[in-house]
Amino acid sequence: MVPLSFAGRDFAARTDGTLFWPQRRALLVADLHFEKASWFARHGQMLPPYDSMATLRMLAAAVEAVDAREVWCLGDSFHDRAGSARMRAEARDALHDLTRSVRWTWISGNHDAVYEDRLGGDVVTEAEVDGLILRHQAEPAEARPELSGHFHPKIRVRARGRSVARRCFLASQSKLILPAFGSLTGGLDAAHPEIIRAIGRSAEALIALDDRLLRFRVAA
Amino acid sequence: MDAPADIIESLPPSLREWFAERGWRPRRHQIEMLEAARAGRHALLVAPTGAGKTLAGFLPTLADLIESPAEGLHTLYVSPLKALAIDVQRNLMAPIEEMGLDIRVEARSGDTPSDRKKRQRARPPQILLTTPESLSLLLSYPDSFTLFENLRTVVVDEVHAFATQKRGDLLSLSLARLQHIAPTLRRVALSATVADPDGYRAWLAPDGDIDSVEKVLGEAGADPDISILLPEGRVPWSGHSGRYAAPQVMAEIETHRTTIVFCNTRGLAELIFQDLWKANEMGLPIGVHHGSLSKEARRKVEAAMAAGKLRGLVATASLDLGVDWGDVDCVIQMGAPKGSSRLLQRIGRANHRLDEPSEAVLVPGNRFEYLEARAALDAVEAGELDPDIFRPGGLDVLAQHLMACACAAPFDAAEMLRQVRAALPYSALTQEAFDRVLGFIEDGGYSLKAYDRFKRLTHGADGLWRVSHPRFVTQHRMNAGIIVDAPTLDVRFKNGRKLGTVEEYFAAQLSPGDTFFFAGMSLEVERIDVTDLVVRATARSARIPTYVGARMPLSTNLARRVRTLMHDRDQWARFPGDVREWLEVQQRRSVLPAPDQLLVETFPHEGRHYMVAYSFEGWNAHQSLGMLITRRMESQGLKPLGFVSSDYALACYGLEPVEDPAALFSPDILEHEFVEWVQGSALLKRAFREVAVIGGLVERQHPGKRKSGKQVTFSTDLIYDVLRRYEPDHLLLRAAWADARARMTDVGRLADLLDRAGGTMLHKRLDRISPLAVPVLVLIGRENVAQGSAEDALLSEAELLAAAAME
Repeated sequence: MVPLSFAGRDFAARTDGTLFWPQRRALLVADLHFEKASWFARHGQMLPPYDSMATLRMLAAAVEAVDAREVWCLGDSFHDRAGSARMRAEARDALHDLTRSVRWTWISGNHDAVYEDRLGGDVVTEAEVDGLILRHQAEPAEARPELSGHFHPKIRVRARGRSVARRCFLASQSKLILPAFGSLTGGLDAAHPEIIRAIGRSAEALIALDDRLLRFRVAA
Repeated sequence: MDAPADIIESLPPSLREWFAERGWRPRRHQIEMLEAARAGRHALLVAPTGAGKTLAGFLPTLADLIESPAEGLHTLYVSPLKALAIDVQRNLMAPIEEMGLDIRVEARSGDTPSDRKKRQRARPPQILLTTPESLSLLLSYPDSFTLFENLRTVVVDEVHAFATQKRGDLLSLSLARLQHIAPTLRRVALSATVADPDGYRAWLAPDGDIDSVEKVLGEAGADPDISILLPEGRVPWSGHSGRYAAPQVMAEIETHRTTIVFCNTRGLAELIFQDLWKANEMGLPIGVHHGSLSKEARRKVEAAMAAGKLRGLVATASLDLGVDWGDVDCVIQMGAPKGSSRLLQRIGRANHRLDEPSEAVLVPGNRFEYLEARAALDAVEAGELDPDIFRPGGLDVLAQHLMACACAAPFDAAEMLRQVRAALPYSALTQEAFDRVLGFIEDGGYSLKAYDRFKRLTHGADGLWRVSHPRFVTQHRMNAGIIVDAPTLDVRFKNGRKLGTVEEYFAAQLSPGDTFFFAGMSLEVERIDVTDLVVRATARSARIPTYVGARMPLSTNLARRVRTLMHDRDQWARFPGDVREWLEVQQRRSVLPAPDQLLVETFPHEGRHYMVAYSFEGWNAHQSLGMLITRRMESQGLKPLGFVSSDYALACYGLEPVEDPAALFSPDILEHEFVEWVQGSALLKRAFREVAVIGGLVERQHPGKRKSGKQVTFSTDLIYDVLRRYEPDHLLLRAAWADARARMTDVGRLADLLDRAGGTMLHKRLDRISPLAVPVLVLIGRENVAQGSAEDALLSEAELLAAAAME
C-alpha cells in the first residue's frame, strides 16, 4: 500500500488495484464483474464457475486488511443485470456477510444498470463524497474531481527485452480511473483512444508495488 | 523401375493408352498400389518427391471409375495444405481431361464459397479434395451418413508431415468415423521417406492392425549431391545464419535456373533476403516467402515461382510441404539443418526427377554448425533418418471430434468409445478419460456443478447423448479447427496498406522508432495500437527480429553424430583448417569430451564467472535448463546474472564462481523447481490457450471483433489462473501440461540429461574462456535472470528509463 495523492486528498493505492481513503476508512473498488463466467456459460462457453468466489475472497481480504468502514463499488459489480440471480448460495452468503459488515454502496454501471437483487448495500447511480464525484464511467466534461472505473486500464511496459503487462490506475489533474478488480476481467491498453478521450492526453498510469508507486506517461 | 508388362496389361485400355501416348510406363510402385487396391487392402506408399506419388495414389480410383463408372463420392483426398489440394486438382485434372473421362474433381476447404459447399453435400463429386479440418466439419452434418455411405477410398497425402501432431489426431478420429459409416472403406497414405514406415502403417490401420496395411516402397532417387559452402575455406566463430556467405549464395543463384534458399526462422529469412538483395549486382528477380506475410503477398510470390519468373526464393518451413514449385535445380540451407529427415525433404524440392541427383548446398553459420552440417551429410549418406515420435492423442482434439459427432446425430457413449479407440492415438484411452471429455463438453466438467441449466449436451432417457440446442451446433462449426494462431497484429503503412502480421509478443517488444526487417524491407515503427503495428519504410539499418514461432531443435541423431565427430581425431582430416585448429586448441587448453561425457567448464571472463555445459540437447531443452539452473544458483548464493543457450551448450554467468556444478545438475531439479517454473511460465499459458480453443471451452477470436475495442472477450491466462487455484486437476490443465511436455520444453531430453549428468560429468576449471565456449558466448539472445521479485524490478527499471528519456 503506497501513498497516492489526488485532488488534494491523501489516498493509498494497493497492489490488488483497490484504493484506500484513510480519512474516511473507505475502500474503493471498480469492475468486480461477479458471475462473468456463468454469463459466458449461458452462451455456450463453459468458463470455470469459480470467478465470483475468487473475487469475493480477494475483496474480503482487502476489506479486512485496511479495516474498512465503507466500501464503494464503482459499477459493473455484476457482469450483467441477471448476474446476482445466477450467483450460487455460497457466494451469495459470503457477499451478504460482507455488505452487512460495513457501509456498502453499489454505484451502478453499464453492465448492471438495474439490480434485480442487491444482496445488501445501497444503490446509487453516482455519489458526491467530500467534494469528490464517484461514478462508473468518467465524463470528459466533468470539472469536479472524479473517481471512476469502467475502462479496465492496463499498461504494457518494456525493459531489457521483456515486457510486463499490469492493471494500473490512471490519473490526470481531476480524474482518477481505477483498474478492474474481478478475477476474470481483462484489460484495455491505457493508451487506447477511448480511454484517452475520457481522461485526456496528460494522464499518467500508476502501478502500486509493495513499497512504491510507479508512474508512466500514457500518450506519447 | 518399370512394372512388368503383364501387370500393365491389367490397366484399363484408356489409362494404358494415356501412358503410352506420353512415352511413359507405369512405375512398379504405381502398379503395386493398384494391386493392393484390387486385393481390397489398405496401403502406405513411401517414396521420395518426384516419384509420381500423387498419381500412384489416384491410379486405383481412376481405374475403378473407368471400369465401373458411378455417381456419388468415390474417393476422398486429404492433405495438410489447402494449396496442396489445389495443386493436386490441377495435376489430376490433366489426365482426366486428356483421357476424356467423365469424373468430377472438386476441392473443399475453408476458402470454398458456401453455396458450392452446400452443393457439394447435395451432389458430391466423385473425387473430393480436402483438409483434415474440412473433413471433420463435413462429419458434423446429419447428411454425412449418406454422403459417405458409398465412399470407397480415402487418400491421405504428406502423412509424414502431420500424423504425429494434433491434426493427425483429428484425422485419425475422422478416419475411424468414416470407417464406421462405410465399413469397406480402403485407406491409403502417401509419405516421404521416413525412418519408421511401420509407425505410419499402424497409424493408418483401423484398430492399429498393421498387417492390414500393405507397405509399398517407391524406388530411391539418385543420391543427392550435397556440399558445404565455405567462403575462402573459413568458418566464422559466431553467428548462426550463414549471413557472411551472401555473395557466394548469390553466385549459386546466378548459376542455376531456380534456387530455393531455406532459412530456419522467419526473421532470418528477412535478413538473408536483405543480404542477397545487396549482393544482387545482376538485378535478378528474387523473392521471399514465409508464414507471416499477407496471403496476397504469398500468392504473388507463389504465382511468380510457378511461372518460372523467379531465379531465387528465400523461404522458411512454409515451403516445406510438397507443392510443386516448378523448375528448382538448387536448394540452399542457411545455418544448420537440425535434422537429416528435414534436410532430405528440403533437398527433395530440387529437381523432381528421380534419375538426376538433387543439388544442395549447406551454409553453416559457425564452427559447431559446421560439425552439424558435416554430421547431417554423413547421416544422409548413411540413409539415417530422424525417428518420428507417436504420442497419445490430445484430449482437446477428442472433445472437438465428439462435439462434431454429436452435431451430426445423437450417439451412444459405449459405441462411441469403441469407435474412438479404433483410432491408434486413442487406442489406450481409458473409460475415465473418455467420460471426463464428455463431461467437459457437457458443462465444462467442473467438480462444482454450477451449470446444470446451461448444458450443451444432454444425456436422454434413451441413453443417447445429443446437442441440447441448435445454436451449439452453429457455435461448433464456427470454432472448430486445430490450428490456433498466436494473437497477432497487422503490420501496416499509415495509408492502411497491410504488409502481413507479427505475433503479439514480438510486437510487445517494439517501441516507436525501433526498426526491423519485414516483407523484404527495413521498417520503422511509428506507433502500436490495439490491432495494428503502423510502420514506415526506412533507410536505417534494422535491428534483428527475434525468433518468431517455435524453434526446431537439433535432432538427437545429429547431436550424437556431432559428439562423435568432435571426439574422433581421425575425422578431423576432413574438416577445414580453422575448424581443426579450433578443436586442437580446445584439446590443449581444456578437453574434448567423449561422446557420452557431459563436459562442464568454469572460468572467469570479463569480470564474471562463467559455467558452460556442453550437453547437445537442443535449444529448447537448454533454455528450460537455463531457467532452472540459474534459479538454483540464486538459492545457493552464486548471484547469477543471466544465461545464454544454443543447440549445443548452455552458458550461465554470475558474480560468484560455481565450484560444484554437479550440485546444480541433480535430477531432483525436475521435481522441485521444474513443475513450479513451468506452471507459472508463458509456455503453459500458451499451451492452455490452444487446448481451450481446440477443446471448445472458448470461442476463437474472429478477425474484426477485437477492433471494436469492447472488452467482450476475456484472457485465457485469467481462466488458467482461476483453474489452477480452484480445480488443478481439470481436464484442460492436464491437456495443456501434456502439450507443453511433448512439444515445447523437450522435457524428455532434459530429464535424460539430468539423469546422466551425475555419472558422466567432467568438470574442467579453466583460467580463461575455452575455444569451445566462444561460439556460445557470442550468441545473441541472452536471457537475463529475473531476480527476486522479477517483474516488479523490471517495472521499476522501465520507469527510471522512461523518466531519463523525458528529461
